[in-house]
Amino acid sequence: MKHTLSVLVENKPGALMRVTSMFARRGFNIDSLAVGPTERHDVSRITLRVDCAHTSLEQIEKQMHKLVNVLRVQELAPGESVERELALLKVAAPASKRAELISLAEAFGARVADLGPDSIVFELTGTPEEIDSFEELVRPHGLQELGRTGRLGLGRAVRGSKSRPQHALI
Amino acid sequence: MTGADAILRCLEAEEVEVMFGLPGGAILPLYDAMARGTTVRHVLARHEQGAGHMAQGYARASGRVGVCIATSGPGATNLVTPIADAWMDSTPLVAITGQVRSTLIGTDAFQECDITGITIPIVKHSWLVQDVRELPEILKAAFHVARTGRCGPVLVDVPRDVQEAELDFVFPDSVSLPGWKPPRRGHPRQITAAAQAVAAAERPILYVGGGVLNAHATDELLALAEHGRLPVVTTLMAKGAFPESHELHAGWPGMHGPKWSNWALNKADLVVAVGARFDDRVTGKLSAFAPGATVVHLDVDAAEISKIRHADVPVVGPLRPVLAELTKALEPVAGRTGPWLRQIAEWREEYPLRYEEGEPLKPQRVLETLQELTAGRDDVVWTTGVGQHQMWAMQYLQCDVPRSFITSGGLGTMGYGIPAAVGAKAARPDATVVCVDGDGCFQMTQQELATAVLEELPIVVVIVNNGYLGMVRQWQDMFFEERFSQIHLTQGLPDYAMLARAYGGVGFTVESDDELREALREALASGRTCVVDARVDPREHCFPMIPAGAAAVDTIEFDASERVVA
Repeated sequence: MKHTLSVLVENKPGALMRVTSMFARRGFNIDSLAVGPTERHDVSRITLRVDCAHTSLEQIEKQMHKLVNVLRVQELAPGESVERELALLKVAAPASKRAELISLAEAFGARVADLGPDSIVFELTGTPEEIDSFEELVRPHGLQELGRTGRLGLGRAVRGSKSRPQHALI
Repeated sequence: MTGADAILRCLEAEEVEVMFGLPGGAILPLYDAMARGTTVRHVLARHEQGAGHMAQGYARASGRVGVCIATSGPGATNLVTPIADAWMDSTPLVAITGQVRSTLIGTDAFQECDITGITIPIVKHSWLVQDVRELPEILKAAFHVARTGRCGPVLVDVPRDVQEAELDFVFPDSVSLPGWKPPRRGHPRQITAAAQAVAAAERPILYVGGGVLNAHATDELLALAEHGRLPVVTTLMAKGAFPESHELHAGWPGMHGPKWSNWALNKADLVVAVGARFDDRVTGKLSAFAPGATVVHLDVDAAEISKIRHADVPVVGPLRPVLAELTKALEPVAGRTGPWLRQIAEWREEYPLRYEEGEPLKPQRVLETLQELTAGRDDVVWTTGVGQHQMWAMQYLQCDVPRSFITSGGLGTMGYGIPAAVGAKAARPDATVVCVDGDGCFQMTQQELATAVLEELPIVVVIVNNGYLGMVRQWQDMFFEERFSQIHLTQGLPDYAMLARAYGGVGFTVESDDELREALREALASGRTCVVDARVDPREHCFPMIPAGAAAVDTIEFDASERVVA
């Protein structure tokens, strides 16, 4: 079972390393990880996709809470959160295939970020699943390079949103 | 003032009595500041590992934060073992290390190493001080983090130029640690549920770990046990947290615990874990551990709840108020635990600790004699190394007062005993501090005898000398078909008594009961640093024993008919 965690950490040297080191030491698996600034200059957000096949989500969250730089740990439950990912895909595109590829990209809302004589770089933002699909579709055309940011997420804006904080409320 | 002076003013403001360390290049400004004057006593160790274990011994004997200091590079890496030990045993420790100048960091400079990076997995938190103006707040935060919540080690790495830089010193009143929020009290509903579970149980037991000592909650523990008439087993880390002469004390659980103690824990219908973490050395095979028990788990660290064993009733909070509130909430049914206590007493009669007396001198006899000679005293502090002697010390020494038994539990650090004893003596100058050591352990940290003598922190070291890495020998004997490999240290080399004299102490070599008794009596009364080299039977195994990964019911007991002949 995989879960997405949104973790707010103090923007201090080593904060990310403390989180990833704890995952490594305890044998917790990270599927993807995205780090960046937030609305507060002194706080960063780490979005983690974790595999809970061997460890309970609760244990992972509690271990994270023990880190001094960690301010908040929140599970982004499916349906109660918005998750997006950005991908850049360099696809082989001889002149004969260009039109087909570009119309495929349009169907997914992907932009052409760069265009060369033999290839196109597409830029796609979407749910990780949408990116998976697009990747699969362009792969037969010759996927030369791929870069994905890892998923980023926030709790929904709608009222009644239930992406709940997961501290140990015992 | 300089950053170095500011460090000392911070330690003084934190009411630090003593720090343990060893100078070197990158920490020179701090030692120069010491020469200008401070109220904090500095104890000069002979090795940074010794300084770290001394600070641990001090912390464990006093209940305060231990402080150790080392230079950059190798000085700092020599602290890694004590820091890891403090991490595993939740010992409050502040390690201060010098670092190369800020401008040199990252250039592979002389004696540079990334000690904050190296220690990340074994500290609660660490700081590399980049601006001298941050120093007071960082040190205040370091002490706060080390001693609040679940105790443990922190590290402050201070580049040399930061120690030399000038600042306007103000010691902050408070610290800003928005991400550090240890629980302040247990949830009342959970405490009520715990009280109901205890009252309903027919075979309850308190399984007490070192957290009770860190929480200064031993009085509250005693009150709970007596109020509910609850038997108590104390782990190695908690030895002394509950008076061992008390009728409710049910011994020590785990790999070398007496059979009756392990039976009491494993056949209980309710296990109340108090500041304990279900360590593998206590549980053995997890699926067979206390299989019929409901578990109530009281701990200040939420992450310990259900980490190993599912907790049916978790209570997260500082143990002192939690235990007090649990006692208040508990309405025991009169006489309910009577039959259970009688059952444990029967097992106790049935399965006493046993060994075969005779010649040569038995290691168990050394511990029994030490116990006889110190019986009834509340001013003896024991430390140990790690191995067979440590387990015999656990079995045969009776500790009735908290903080009287200081040992390396989680990490199992050989060589812990001597420096820990020096630190304990600094904390308890009035006490007789005795290190029960093995000959292997002794040779790992013996140089701190010089510290004990020259710093006037006299300790008694009793070497249970079997000439072997005894516990390894026991495992090779029992589980590797007697293929002994690289374990023979030799009983007479070095000559430990002569070594003691070389370090300015008093040395004894004993080979019989009579010599042993006489030497121990003299050593305990001498007030000097003494080494008693007790040459014991190397064939002796430590029993009972639950093999690693086995269940308590599979305990191997001493059997005179199956003596292994070496």
